[in-house]
Formats: sequence, C-alpha cells, structure tokens
Amino acid sequence: MSLFYVVAFLSIIFALLVIFTKNPVHSVLYLIATFFTFTIHYIILNAQFLAVVNFIVYMGAIMVLFLFVLMLMNLNTDTEPMKSTLLKVVGAIAGGCLLVTLIGSMKTLSTASTTAMDNTGIGLVENLGKVLFSDFLLPFELSSILLLAAMVGAVLLAKKENKTA
Amino acid sequence: MELEFLIEKTALVLVLFVLTLTIAAYSTWAERKVAAWLQDRVGPNRAGPFGLLQPLADGGKMFFKEEIIPSGANKYLFIAGPSLALLVSFLGTAVIPFGQNIEIFGRVVPLQVTDINVGILYIFGVVSLGVYGIMIGGWASNNKYSLMGAIRGASQNISYEIAMGLSIIALLMVTNTLSFKEIAAQQHGWHWNVLYQPLGFLIFLICAFAETNRVPFDLPECETELIGGYQTEYSAFKMGAYMFAEYINMFVSSVVMAVLYFGGYNYPGMDAVNQALGPTWGPLIGVGVMFFKIIAFIFFFMWVRWTVPRFRYDQLMDLGWKVLIPLAIANIVITAIVIVGFDLFNKL
Repeated sequence: MSLFYVVAFLSIIFALLVIFTKNPVHSVLYLIATFFTFTIHYIILNAQFLAVVNFIVYMGAIMVLFLFVLMLMNLNTDTEPMKSTLLKVVGAIAGGCLLVTLIGSMKTLSTASTTAMDNTGIGLVENLGKVLFSDFLLPFELSSILLLAAMVGAVLLAKKENKTA
Repeated sequence: MELEFLIEKTALVLVLFVLTLTIAAYSTWAERKVAAWLQDRVGPNRAGPFGLLQPLADGGKMFFKEEIIPSGANKYLFIAGPSLALLVSFLGTAVIPFGQNIEIFGRVVPLQVTDINVGILYIFGVVSLGVYGIMIGGWASNNKYSLMGAIRGASQNISYEIAMGLSIIALLMVTNTLSFKEIAAQQHGWHWNVLYQPLGFLIFLICAFAETNRVPFDLPECETELIGGYQTEYSAFKMGAYMFAEYINMFVSSVVMAVLYFGGYNYPGMDAVNQALGPTWGPLIGVGVMFFKIIAFIFFFMWVRWTVPRFRYDQLMDLGWKVLIPLAIANIVITAIVIVGFDLFNKL
C-alpha cells in the first residue's frame, strides 16, 4: 500500500509539473514521466498487459509524436502568442464547470462497495483477450471502426492540403 | 531460500551487465576488423595482440577528452539525452533466456533474469523508448543539424516499429505465447521459428536495422547531410555513451532475433548432448550455441554496414510504409489461413 502512495504522489507531482512548466518540451517530458507512473500503477494492480500497452502506446508512440511536433514547431516563450485575458477567464470557467461535473459524478459513485477482485489474473494477456473477444466483442469491434474512421479522416485531410499547394 | 534467490538473480544481472558491456566494447573492435577485412586492410593492430586492447584505449580517450556543453544548449536535457540512451539500451536483456535451467552446486538455476508473461511486448516497449535518448539529445543541443537528426530518428523509429510489431503478431500466432521462456522452449531441437516464419523474420531483420540506426538506415547520423546528426554537439564520453548505446542495441537486437527466430539455445541433437554431459555442462553448451548465433547476427550487422550504401530518406519511408507494412499484414493473413487450414485438416 505504501508503494501505491509513493507512486500516486509522483503521478500528481509530475502532472502538476506538466501544467506549470513554461517550456512546452519540458511539459511533454513531464507528461511522459506521468505516463510512466501510470504504468507502475497498472503493474501494482497486476494488469501486466495494460501496463505494457500503456508503456508502448502512450510513452513509446504517442508522446514521441507529441515531442516530434513540438520540436518541429520549436516553440519558445518569446514567440508564444500571448493569450488575452478574456480567453483566460473563459478557460477558467470551462475548467471549473468540468471540475463541478467530475465532483458531481464522483459523489454518485459509492466507493465503499468496491470489492477486491477474486480473479487476480484478469489483467493477464490470455484472460483479457478471451474477455475482449467474447463478452465485449461488439464494443471492441466498434472502437476499431472508430479508429479506422479517424485514420481515413487524417489521410483525407492530408490529401486535401496537397492538392491546393 | 530468499537469500539464495537474491544472490542468484544479482549474480545473473551482474554477469549479464558485464557481458553486455564487454560485447559492446569488443563490437567496436570487431567492427573495425570486419571493415578492414572487407576492404582488404589490416585494421587496428597496435594496442595489444591483434589490437585487442583497442576498446580500452578508445574508452580511455573518451574519458579524458574535454567535455563541451554548448552555451545555447539546454544543459540538463543535454546530459539526460545520452544517459537515457545508454540506460534504456541495457534494459532489454532482462527477459531473455540465455539457456536451459542449469544445475550449479545442486541448485537449479534458470538462466533468465525474469520471465514476465508479456516478455515480447516488454522488449518492444524498451525499444520504443530508445528513441527518446536521440530526440532529447538532438533537441537539447540547440543545433539545426542535431534537430534534423533527432526528427529523422523519431520518424524512422515510429515507422519501422509498426512493421516490426506486425511481424511479431504473425510470430505470436505460431507460438501462442508472449513469454520468451516458452518461445525458446518451443523451438526445441531444430523447430526454429524462422522455418515457420521466413517472411516475418526478414521483415523483423530489416526493422531491427532501422531501429538500431545502423547502415543502411543510419539517416539520423548521416554525416554527408547532417554532419553528425543528433550527436553533432556531443564530445567526450557523452558521445561515447551514444556510440555505446548503439552497439548495445545491436547486441540486444541480435539476442532477440536469435531467441525469437533462430531457436535461442536450441540446436539439433541437444537431447543427446544433454544426456551425455549432465545437467551442468549440457545447458552450458546451449549457452555457447546461443552466443554463437548472437555473434553471427552481430557479424551480419557489420557485414551489411560495409557492403550496402545508405538509403535516401524518402526511400527509407517508402520502404517502411509502402513495402514492409503491407508485406507484414499479408504475412499475418497467410499465417492465419495456414493455421486455420491445418486445424481443419487435422479435424477431418
């Protein structure tokens, strides 16, 4: 349990650093560290497959792309466009609304009723695969169609730009 | 029991660590010797017999050179880059079984640091982390050539990771497990996976060259276009760390290929040898066979480096996206059809 608190503390610290650092590249690096602590959380929960997939997909691929784009744009504090106060106020209100919604939804959750899972092997590849391809087959296939649609959309956008140029 | 387990694992980790370092150091020597041999020269022959002390001399030189951190560089990230590259490159060998269980002083010791049941994915994740060292170092140098090299490295790694992952999926369909230990055990004798997955192996091999940034895919450090790529601004041991990381990556890729496709410690007739030599020396022969395979792969890496010219960047991307990925997907489909076909045939 103490390990959980250490890792949770680190997650929060890194997540806060993502927001508070001035340099966008540092921000992304802290986000990578945050994801790494998430991987440790998954391992503590004995969800090995999820841990490794989080590691590969988020840390290994998505964040590399983030870093890639940021390095290409080469944002500096000097060139960063100043945001107007109106935008800041709107952002604060929107964020506040999100917070209220989150807290509201948390209140309906009864945390006391969470039971420890008997089957600790649920996070292993074999069990996860069986569950995904039997009980959750439809949502699984639907989400893959969603990803395909996103991919086609991205390709289409890139193509359009090519034609006009 | 607990203490013995700790000692056993610590010893294994230490041996592996020293071995990795030694092989990486002697890879630099072997690379020059191979290059010299292929180009009909002598190669390093001054330091020690056959130039065998050359890696020590090089290492000493790296340590004593002046460290230069460019004034425009981001200091912490500039140091973090090569450190990360070196650190990440060491992680891979933790899940590799280097031999069968071996009996030492009456105790059965598995020659594997840890057998996690997602071993292949772990290696895959570690490989995908390797690019951060290049990216962070290249960006922190605050030099346009470094940045170009870093960006090339990142896009190249991401592109070839996809084809690599797809080729591994086809392999998993054959092996039905993600654990290295089981995969190695399945290839008992001559049942090497390369016989079942020749196309998958070819794709994996090409991707391994791209992931380790070796010629013909060494675009991130292409000296004719980018001076030194991401390592342009680096000097002394920081540059050495990058170079070392590259050789360690080469070693790890060779190990992974040897275990996944070339049977690891298995060889035809191993049962007879194991029976004749007993539970200590028999598995040790297997370890020897494994290292023979690894060294053969390392030699292949070098052979290619001094034979094949470098790709152009658009050719590299075309090969990755338009040739290897479709081929890998076709490989998955064919593998699936064959497996299902065999199942049906067996049921008849």
